[in-house]
Amino acid sequence: MSADMAMPSDGPIVEARDVYFSFGTTPALRGASVQVKAGEILAVMGPSGSGKSTLLHCLAGILVPESGEIHFAGRRIERLREAERSSLRRDRFGFVFQFGQLVPELTAEENIALPLLLSGVRRAKALGEARVWFERLELDGLHDRRSGELSGGQAQRVALARGLVARPQVLFADEPTGALDSLTGEHVMNLLTTAAREQGTTVVLVTHEPRVAAYADREVIVRDGLVSPLPSDRVNA
Amino acid sequence: MSVSLTLLGLLEREPSHGYDLKRDYDTYFGRGKPLPFGQVYSTLARLARDGKVIAGDPEPGAGPERKRYVITEQGATEVETWLAEAVEPEPHLQTVLFAKVVLALMLHRPAAEYLDVQRAAHLQRMRELTDVKRNGQLVDALLADHGLFHLEADLRWIDLTAARLETLAKAVQR
Repeated sequence: MSADMAMPSDGPIVEARDVYFSFGTTPALRGASVQVKAGEILAVMGPSGSGKSTLLHCLAGILVPESGEIHFAGRRIERLREAERSSLRRDRFGFVFQFGQLVPELTAEENIALPLLLSGVRRAKALGEARVWFERLELDGLHDRRSGELSGGQAQRVALARGLVARPQVLFADEPTGALDSLTGEHVMNLLTTAAREQGTTVVLVTHEPRVAAYADREVIVRDGLVSPLPSDRVNA
Repeated sequence: MSVSLTLLGLLEREPSHGYDLKRDYDTYFGRGKPLPFGQVYSTLARLARDGKVIAGDPEPGAGPERKRYVITEQGATEVETWLAEAVEPEPHLQTVLFAKVVLALMLHRPAAEYLDVQRAAHLQRMRELTDVKRNGQLVDALLADHGLFHLEADLRWIDLTAARLETLAKAVQR
């Protein structure tokens, strides 16, 4: 667990409470609630259009819900100003999306170092920290490649390193293997979960693939903008 | 697939004769493999012996036997327990799941909740197999993969069925 994670291990680090969000007149979330414990890897599953990505964006402070609460480490983040949420995303959260969204003009090494550079870390130190990830994610020899010169699996591993390099408290991963074949996707998930567990990073993983969700500690299902409780939760209710 | 529990489930819907039970079983669950009359009556006799159904007096009419069977409280409890519990996740269990879903809908039970229970059991098994893959040898990983792909196919069926429950209910409810 990273040194700056002074969270109680049993309480939620991220939580949505009764969250509503619409795109225009189309409701996406209709009272969604979910808790993610510190250090946990949670898979958020559900059919296309169920609201699972919208929930991730609300939890990560990218979208602000119309009503309801988003808590991170005991703070109400939906009440923060955009600049504060932006610095929270930069300093505390990491992101991996379906398509790596690497900056095409930058090398793999610079792409990985980007969150550190944006946080004001000196270039030499940031690149030094980025380099550590090449061995860890089996990217040796690819330091100077630009995104167009990487395979899908390589680009996604670079994106994963970028998501984790700043040792975020929470990594938000939205269909991180969606554009990869089975074997490459499995490789990425292995590396993602191993690295996250090693540094105690909580992971919120949106996926519609059961074999990807099986890497998580538990799963919730989003249906029609609501998070369905697990059968075990219902029994305990 | 459990013939006795399926027949018991059909009896919970309404008291029935052996002949009608066979006809309903063949219509909904037989799928090209009709249930032999002998098996219907031997199963009903066993269920009666165990106190799960009560056989009425013989009635006049055609066919080998004309007794009306009624489910008991004990039999209804057994159906309820069976429907609500997850099936051991393993390949080729679709027929059991199928029978459970159709019966649950016929009996106006919460089929979606039963599917959720099954989904959770499947995902738990998939997590176990994924651990085997991560920590075992390549041969273990290959075997685990075989199981994972079958479980995933089941899960897709579960998801699709969950999305179609309303339509399915109309097709099987009277």
